[in-house]
Formats: sequence, C-alpha cells, structure tokens
Amino acid sequence: MIMSNPNLQPPERGLTLSRRDLLGASACAAVAAVLPAYPALAAGERTSQFEEAYAKLTGDRKPTERGVTFELPELAENGNMVPFSISVQSPMTDADYVKQVTILSTGNPQPVIATFHFSPDSGRAQISGRLRLARTQDLIAVAELNSGALVSGTANVKVTVGGCGG
Amino acid sequence: MAQTPTPKIRMPATAKAGEVVEVKTLISHEMESGNRKDKDGKAIPRKIINKFTAKFNGNELMTVDWFPAISANPYQSFFVRVPESGTFTFEWLDDDGAVYKAEQKVTVS
Repeated sequence: MIMSNPNLQPPERGLTLSRRDLLGASACAAVAAVLPAYPALAAGERTSQFEEAYAKLTGDRKPTERGVTFELPELAENGNMVPFSISVQSPMTDADYVKQVTILSTGNPQPVIATFHFSPDSGRAQISGRLRLARTQDLIAVAELNSGALVSGTANVKVTVGGCGG
Repeated sequence: MAQTPTPKIRMPATAKAGEVVEVKTLISHEMESGNRKDKDGKAIPRKIINKFTAKFNGNELMTVDWFPAISANPYQSFFVRVPESGTFTFEWLDDDGAVYKAEQKVTVS
C-alpha cells in the first residue's frame, strides 16, 4: 500500500503532478466550493433537524436497542455512495411483523434517508442499498413492529471525502 | 436528463410455493439532491425518485420512500414471499410524476 501513496513518491519526481492527480484534486475542490457550508459539528453531535425528525418518528415511545442489525462500512472513502444493509429479527407473519423501518442521519442536511414499509408478504425484513453521507456521523435505523413497539440499531461511519454533492 | 431511466431486476424465475426469495433492483437516475449549486451559485433543483413500490398480482408487498440521501442510480435489494405463480411488478415514481415500471413472472414448481 505504501507504494501507491502519491505523497511518498521518489524525490526525483519533484513537484510534478500527474494529469490524474490534478484532475482528481480540482474536481473535488470544485464540488467542495459549491457545497453550502455546514456548521462544523463535533463527533457524536446531532443536528437539530435530526432531533426534530427523531422526536416526530418516536413520539413518546422509546426504542429498545435489540434485534436490528444495521451494517455500514466503518470507513467510507466516498460519501456519495455508501452501501448499507439492515435486517430486523421478526417472523414476518400476519400476527407478528415489521411494519416499517426508517433510516435517520445525525449529520446530513436532511435527516430522513429512507422509509421502508413492509407487509407480512415481504417475507423477511431485510434490505440493502446505497446512501449519501455529508460527513462523519452516526446513523440510526428505527423499526416499528405491528404491535407498535419500536426497536433500533445504530452505526457510525467515518467519511473521508465529505459527501461531494450529498 | 440525459436518458430515460432504465430499471433492471434480478430475481429467480422459479420458486417453491411459499418460498422467500431475494430481489435485486437497479435503476439509472441521477437523484439530484437539490442541495448542490451550479457554477453560478444557483441551486440545482431537486429531482429524485421519491417512491418505490413492489407488487405481486396487483397486491402491494412493500413501498419505500426515498429522500435525497439515496445515491445516484439507486440499487436496492429486498425479499418477497412467492405464494403462487404470478407476476411481480416494480414501480419507481419520479419527482416530475413519471413512473418507471418493470415486471417479472415467477413460476411455482
């Protein structure tokens, strides 16, 4: 891996940049320039939009942290395309199934990422897809069971290139 | 838009009665978030697919609300139960009202 790091090139290469380095650098600078400036938040901090959306979703019910597997990479190099998968333990029968699952972001300009509405015929409360992240943050998946109970799962992702366009 | 969004579906064409199978879907769409600005500083208007629906023989199995934080060219995989032979239909609803459709027949053996 050391060999491929552009910062550790042999000294005779001097200050010349390859065309690829230059294009890559300028593309990202351009994207960064057009992004609105987000207020810098410390790790673990949550936007007020998130708090609002979370309160609206849960109301006076408090989710228990169990039965939800929320998988995301620990480190996402590109915030534009971060793979995720969620699976909620449930028999998915008419008597006992997962009604819906919502993914909330604590650091994106808009807190809700997606809401999945299931039915017993979904067979399994498991989904995967790809999402955008503006910066390093926590994500929460809140699942509502047909009984009205809420369960949740949390994941933290470190984002290297803060969601170019996110 | 450069081209009409094209949906792609991957799921088994045969299944046992009552079997739960995985469906993988992909559609080409730029999912413009509405947060970006062009080089003159003007906001680029939002244009995303905001709803996905999966049906079996006309009955709704699953719907998904998408927001701007879904990546361009949205990929999604999920599961469905196959009760009998029939047709699965999948629909994507665009912000501009357009609906993109795909379907897949599944035979119960």
